[in-house]
Amino acid sequence: MFSFNNITTAIDEFLNSVLPAQGALIVECVLVALCAVLAYVTLAIVMIFMERKVCAAFQCRLGPMRVGYWGLLQVFADVFKMLIKEIISINRSDRVLYNLAPYLVVMSSVLTFSCLPFASGLQVLDFNIGVFFIMAASSFGVLGILLAGWSSNNKYSMIGAVRSGAQMISYELSIGLCILVVVILSGTMQISELVDMQRSGWFIFRGHIPAFIAFIIYLIAGNAETNRAPFDLPEAESELTAGFHTEYSGMHFGFFYVAEFMNLFIVAGIASTLFLGGWAPLYITGLDAFNNIMDYIPGIVWFLGKTFFVIWLLMWVRWTFPRMRIDHVVSLEWKYLIPIGLVNLLIMTLCVVMGWTF
Amino acid sequence: MTPTFIETKELRPLMKELHSKGMDFLRDLIGIDWGEEGLGVIYMLENSSTGENLQYAVRCADREKPQIPTVCDIWKVAELYEREVYDFFGIEFTGHPDLRRLYLRNDWVGHPLRKDYDESEALNPIRLESEITEDVQRPYEIAEDAEMAKIDKETNIIHGDQYIINIGPQHPATHGVLRFRLALDGEEIRKIDIRCGYIHRGIEKMSEKLTYPQILALTDRLDYLSAHQNRHALCMCIEKAMGLEITERTQYIRTIMDELQRIDSHLLFLSCAAMDLGAITTFIYGFRDREKILDIFEEVTGGRLIQNYNTIGGVQADITPGFAQKVKEYCRYQRDKIKEYNDVFTNNVITRKRMIGVGRLSLADAISYGCTGGTGRASGWACDVRKRHPYALYDKVDFKEIIYKNGDCYDRFLVRIDEILESIHIIEQLIDNIPEGDYKVKTKPIIRLPEGQFSASVEGSRGEFGVFIESRGDKSPYRLKFRPMGLPLVASMHKILKGAKIADLIAIGATLDYVIPDIDR
Repeated sequence: MFSFNNITTAIDEFLNSVLPAQGALIVECVLVALCAVLAYVTLAIVMIFMERKVCAAFQCRLGPMRVGYWGLLQVFADVFKMLIKEIISINRSDRVLYNLAPYLVVMSSVLTFSCLPFASGLQVLDFNIGVFFIMAASSFGVLGILLAGWSSNNKYSMIGAVRSGAQMISYELSIGLCILVVVILSGTMQISELVDMQRSGWFIFRGHIPAFIAFIIYLIAGNAETNRAPFDLPEAESELTAGFHTEYSGMHFGFFYVAEFMNLFIVAGIASTLFLGGWAPLYITGLDAFNNIMDYIPGIVWFLGKTFFVIWLLMWVRWTFPRMRIDHVVSLEWKYLIPIGLVNLLIMTLCVVMGWTF
Repeated sequence: MTPTFIETKELRPLMKELHSKGMDFLRDLIGIDWGEEGLGVIYMLENSSTGENLQYAVRCADREKPQIPTVCDIWKVAELYEREVYDFFGIEFTGHPDLRRLYLRNDWVGHPLRKDYDESEALNPIRLESEITEDVQRPYEIAEDAEMAKIDKETNIIHGDQYIINIGPQHPATHGVLRFRLALDGEEIRKIDIRCGYIHRGIEKMSEKLTYPQILALTDRLDYLSAHQNRHALCMCIEKAMGLEITERTQYIRTIMDELQRIDSHLLFLSCAAMDLGAITTFIYGFRDREKILDIFEEVTGGRLIQNYNTIGGVQADITPGFAQKVKEYCRYQRDKIKEYNDVFTNNVITRKRMIGVGRLSLADAISYGCTGGTGRASGWACDVRKRHPYALYDKVDFKEIIYKNGDCYDRFLVRIDEILESIHIIEQLIDNIPEGDYKVKTKPIIRLPEGQFSASVEGSRGEFGVFIESRGDKSPYRLKFRPMGLPLVASMHKILKGAKIADLIAIGATLDYVIPDIDR
């Protein structure tokens, strides 16, 4: 199967031949960062457009139709509007933290994003504890949200931030448990290896019942992690106007907005990597002709296809359910998801030990 | 009905006695300036189980410092009613725990509904600085011998060291400009202070200078979601005073329009309740269907929100030829859609968890706070004016009064859903039988009401909407009072909200279903 390693190695060799080793490294770093950020922004735009159209479809509407054909330029117009807006500074806010918060949120999301394996070899960070790194990087986003709420000198923001802290820290546990299930099943924490192993069968099939339960819990907890309905309490526009980002304007608000969408992409991306085989195609044992055809579909299409399918699932939930209340959110996590997750972990361990997996 | 005048001294003993005898619903409390004879208050009482009505009035000759004992410990709703009267007439209710102005600014000079009110702009210029939030309440001693008490101590309503948060006046969940000041403990609400008046237009004051047909234009702007019912009530009251018989056809049209308006309002209620709980899709569904009613309104009346349809003696214009057909189609359509709302929202597990058992209003409290309409019926109070005092054609059609028992948010929600079906049922009985005839009775160009006091009430979309007119035989009323549907609902929030969470406030506010222009008038 085609691997992007060939291309990256070629570029690496070319740079090393024209530049000293140090210089080549710097140029590569810049190139990689540029590509990652570009991909990040492009996907954000796609996601925002998708959200609008999916939401419109659920609500018997058309969504944006005026700007560009089928509203295709709407998101660009929005981004442009956001860019030319003034970034307002708030009286008696904590200047440093207030301005730092959106960057923290975006940083955590970009870091996590760079771990996603888009295709074979198309991955920025890949090392032996990749899964662990993803969890660490994604969980410091909550710090940005807490700081944003704290430093805004606004009571709505403060309540939003505190809710967000309670919620995200709780649901981190469930996510951890679900990821552990996969780690136990695969025996590795390296993301490229995880995907490679799934070429012979996706983990959701190989791990059967416990993997499926983990997948569902992961989707619920992931939804909560991204602060989207029914878990959008930190924003809760009908209660707290806009929650933790009430006081942000212009691109600072834009960062929160983009980070929220990209966190959704990341959650979906990780779900598809861990459970649905990442860029690995769908093989059905015994149907060789079918498997050969599947091989012709490039890995990146597989990855994006699966990811957008999961995103669509999450959007479906988002546009169907009402918002939960904070005590229900916390009790759902601590009374239901964590016990189920722990038992599920036990079952998976048992299955692996007894060899009951495929 | 003319009120019985009683002495100030007798007021509290009599009221207590009446209350214990079953007159447990204070329909309205109306302040009036009788000029030379002094300022006074009319109490409209009703027995919630038998429907018996009584009116009493007290008068206070002292214009400088009029004082009347409070009844807010007998009927809880009187707390806000009395604040309103204090605001507009300057009558001090001794014993009232929290006598502040309800609508006007604290620094307002004078009491505008008094006949000797000085309207000059020098006294009340347009003030450019913000109002300083008054955080004190002034309890009066109740002096049983009616000796007037003084302000003896000042207590804070909300203490400075509490975590205070403003919900409103500009807030997505108040559906308008209403302001709640909440004292919070974490997410829990410890105290609530309601501040109205952000959209107060002084409609009652304006009416005293307008002729009766001119006043009609203002009623649609009270509760814009019961525009038809409001105007129906005022027309009914004027027609009753004039002794005008309206035609059968008008009655049919008015009843059908009232019910269409009710469906419209309940659909908006459903949408906004869903929106407040975060279910935006249901919001759009509700608005999609409401649009169809608005189209019918537009075709018949020319207006979508403000319709100006009822007039004295009939309706403005006859129904259009395709009206019956369209309404019937709509009724069929709407019946099916109810199931859709239930599937996507009402039976959703999160909705149920957020609504069941939240914001419980007991039957006794509902009556004491005068919460009529869907809110009262959710608490088990059969308070439908259409059944209690039938008007128009409501005694001829067959319909159920929807009553639930628990009085929580979920029941308040279900009442409205069921009422949509009931309204459709009423319309379907009438729509095929609209008799031929005039849609309007000719009236004199200048309408004068005979001297006296007249009142009428209808079942608005969210409770009993009452009109009270005191006439001195002129072209315009001496005093006109609308019974707000929303004020009792908001008053009851004090009771419901104790210990609720911020998220519950939103659910409770959404299901109480108040409309701010109706509270503020």
